[in-house]
Amino acid sequence: MVKSIMIVGVGGQGTLLASRIIGNALIKKGVDVKVSEVHGMSQRGGSVVTYVRFGETSADKVYSPVINRGEADIIIAFEQLEAARYVSFLKKGGKMIVSTQTIDPMPVITGNAAYPADIIAKIKSAGIDITAVDALELAVKAGSAKASNVVLIGVLASFAVMSDEAWIEEIEECVPPKFVELNKKAFYLGKESI
Amino acid sequence: MLGNEAVARGLYEAGVTVVSSYPGTPSTEITEFSANYDEIYAEWAPNEKVAAEVAFGASVAGGRSFFGMKHVGLNVAADPLYTMSYTGVNGGIVMAVADDPGMHSSQNEQDSRHHAIAAKVPMLEPSDSAECLSFTKTAYELSEQFDTPVIIRLSTRVSHSQSLCELSDRVNIPNKPYIKNVAKYVMMPAMAKGRHVFVEERTNKLREYAETSPLNCTIYNSTKVGVITSGAAYCYAAEALGNTVSYLKLGIVNPLPEKLILDFAAKCDKIYVIEELDGIIEEHCKALGIKVIGKELFGLIGELSQEIIAEKILGKTFDSVNFTEDIPVRPPVMCAGCPHRGVFYCLSINKIRVSGDIGCYTLGASAPLSSVDTTLCMGASVSGLHGMNKADPEGSSKTVAVIGDSTFMHSGITGLVNIAYNQSNSTVIVLDNSITGMTGHQQNPSTGVNLKGDVTAAVNIESLCKAIGIKRVRVVDPYNLKETDLAIFEELAAPEPSVIIARRPCALLKYVKHKPALVINDCKGCKMCLKLGCPAISNKDGKAVIDSVQCVGCGICTEVCRFGCINKADGGVN
Ligand SMILES: Cc1ncc(C[n+]2csc(CCOP(=O)(O)OP(=O)(O)O)c2C)c(N)n1
Ligand code: SF4
Ligand code: SF4
Repeated sequence: MVKSIMIVGVGGQGTLLASRIIGNALIKKGVDVKVSEVHGMSQRGGSVVTYVRFGETSADKVYSPVINRGEADIIIAFEQLEAARYVSFLKKGGKMIVSTQTIDPMPVITGNAAYPADIIAKIKSAGIDITAVDALELAVKAGSAKASNVVLIGVLASFAVMSDEAWIEEIEECVPPKFVELNKKAFYLGKESI
Repeated sequence: MLGNEAVARGLYEAGVTVVSSYPGTPSTEITEFSANYDEIYAEWAPNEKVAAEVAFGASVAGGRSFFGMKHVGLNVAADPLYTMSYTGVNGGIVMAVADDPGMHSSQNEQDSRHHAIAAKVPMLEPSDSAECLSFTKTAYELSEQFDTPVIIRLSTRVSHSQSLCELSDRVNIPNKPYIKNVAKYVMMPAMAKGRHVFVEERTNKLREYAETSPLNCTIYNSTKVGVITSGAAYCYAAEALGNTVSYLKLGIVNPLPEKLILDFAAKCDKIYVIEELDGIIEEHCKALGIKVIGKELFGLIGELSQEIIAEKILGKTFDSVNFTEDIPVRPPVMCAGCPHRGVFYCLSINKIRVSGDIGCYTLGASAPLSSVDTTLCMGASVSGLHGMNKADPEGSSKTVAVIGDSTFMHSGITGLVNIAYNQSNSTVIVLDNSITGMTGHQQNPSTGVNLKGDVTAAVNIESLCKAIGIKRVRVVDPYNLKETDLAIFEELAAPEPSVIIARRPCALLKYVKHKPALVINDCKGCKMCLKLGCPAISNKDGKAVIDSVQCVGCGICTEVCRFGCINKADGGVN
């Protein structure tokens, strides 16, 4: 079976790094992996989506790099509104991890639209398995608001497929040396929050 | 690795020595990755036409060369490409062009296969990173064997997806000897006539090659349904239909084979053509007399996906949970502290008409700044302004052009030459943030640093404008709204062409030191600061608040708050 993880957030939040860490860690498991990234315009504060698709066994081949509606096994949302926007991509029985952070989009700032209230509760009441974490606060605790992506990887680690060592190895490879300790801390804070 | 990284790896392994490109999403990383190899000389050219000509020169001199760009970049490079088709190569020439179905980051959705057909050059289309690498290497062999430039066609999902690749060593190919050959390299009518005959013969040979090339492959399963496809579309088809159908996967999308397609079609009961954007393979099949189903199902617009294919061919529907309330859209915005914001604020409050261009500053078109009136293609702001002012001279005192530093180097200079030469009363604002921002921060000829990170000559924009013949040239700091506003007012009033250079480095550059976040105390609810469209300022129950994570302390909001409510966190004035 091919499994799909979708990472959604706001351009500039570090979703790309998160998808790379997840993708690289899976590659080391020896399974087929495709990671689809977003560059360019939407990285400027727009709604961004990256996809990670991988085979459960080395016999599973991944063809498409993208994930469609009803296909994602796990969605990691870096922001509440983005969680709401992409919830339809979740498979029946899939899992959503959401950071409780909210970032107003420009139409809300300019007063042309309203930010929906109680998003997490509403998603939950639709029968979706959703885990909410204040990733921003935990990241600040680890030393930098920018590490919320790694906090969320820590949360993912508490549910899934790989040993802590494998994740840590990937974090060491993907972040600049001077931020490794901070990010390790962020990872464990995320993991232990569950 | 990323598809673009795999193309770069292919360049390395193929022994390429010269790479010249202009950035453009989704092609940019090919050149960035190729710059990591010491064996490759890689550079950012000022535009795609220059890049193509550099690659041509390198080939004539005997080296294997490369140039890369996004789809619209090929329009700029089309002139050299179409005649390079006639001259052919000495060292192999390969170019990559990245299409953007779905327009994630582009101003149009053109299908670059038309250029390959019109220029009569072969085009290969990989579907994943492994093919990006291997097709790139094969492209050099074809280039030298058939004496032609070869195009690699990419698309957003191929360029920006990571998948597994197998690496090999570099072959170090000595430069081919240069032999003067006027009949081949000097394209004046007498010689070009001879070369056109060669080009037509070459296309026939390439078509023959395409019939049996391993780049075009058939995968037979059940022959009830056959699918003819290529590139990313193949991945979606294989995902949706698996091994229930047979495939003809075309790795060479120009020229298209005939026998191979006829043969495949004869074996299958029903044929679908699945291709993104235009129906080029489909039209070819129809011309061969094959009954195929294609665009009537899939359309000409946007990206395909496994969902669309499963829905259209298998009638499958997907059930999913939807969020029941309206979800506000989240369009891209200029970053907090973006140096462009101050200029657009001044243009917006003065209701100035803006001939716009392409870069981060295109976002000045969105609310609340809403100040851009036109965006066509790179460089068109300056030339378009001249046209506006010639048609409507009265309007010239309330119309400006805005253009970024990279775009000015790319194709704004010639438009400014036209303004000086043909004298329109035009005001051009160069938004000099010392980088090519939109495409992910590449150096350009005005920044003084090259692709490899070395310090080099920098174009002095002030001196350049003066040398062109513009007498009124002034520099302002766009963080200083008063100064910027005054400059716009005075230059619009001046009865001659002028250039304002709004100079401040992009807020995302590593060397830019950010100031501490500001705070708003005792907000009076006037909403003036919300007119800046800074994503760090939001409106909470009628009062403006600043998000301390996003704010970089640029200070322009303090200039628009008439009540002095916005200050440093310690209470000091910014
Ligand atoms: C012909 C062409 N080539 C490349 C691009 C891709 N592209 C879009 S904007 C841009 C450059 C933006 O740089 P600059 O003008 O300095 O503005 P900034 O984004 O830094 O504000 C590029 C290369 C394009 N749209 N058209
Ligand atoms: S990347 Fe730089 S130029 Fe582009 S919007 Fe952000 S601050 Fe402005
Ligand atoms: S100082 Fe004001 S305008 Fe500048 S980034 Fe902070 S909130 Fe935005």
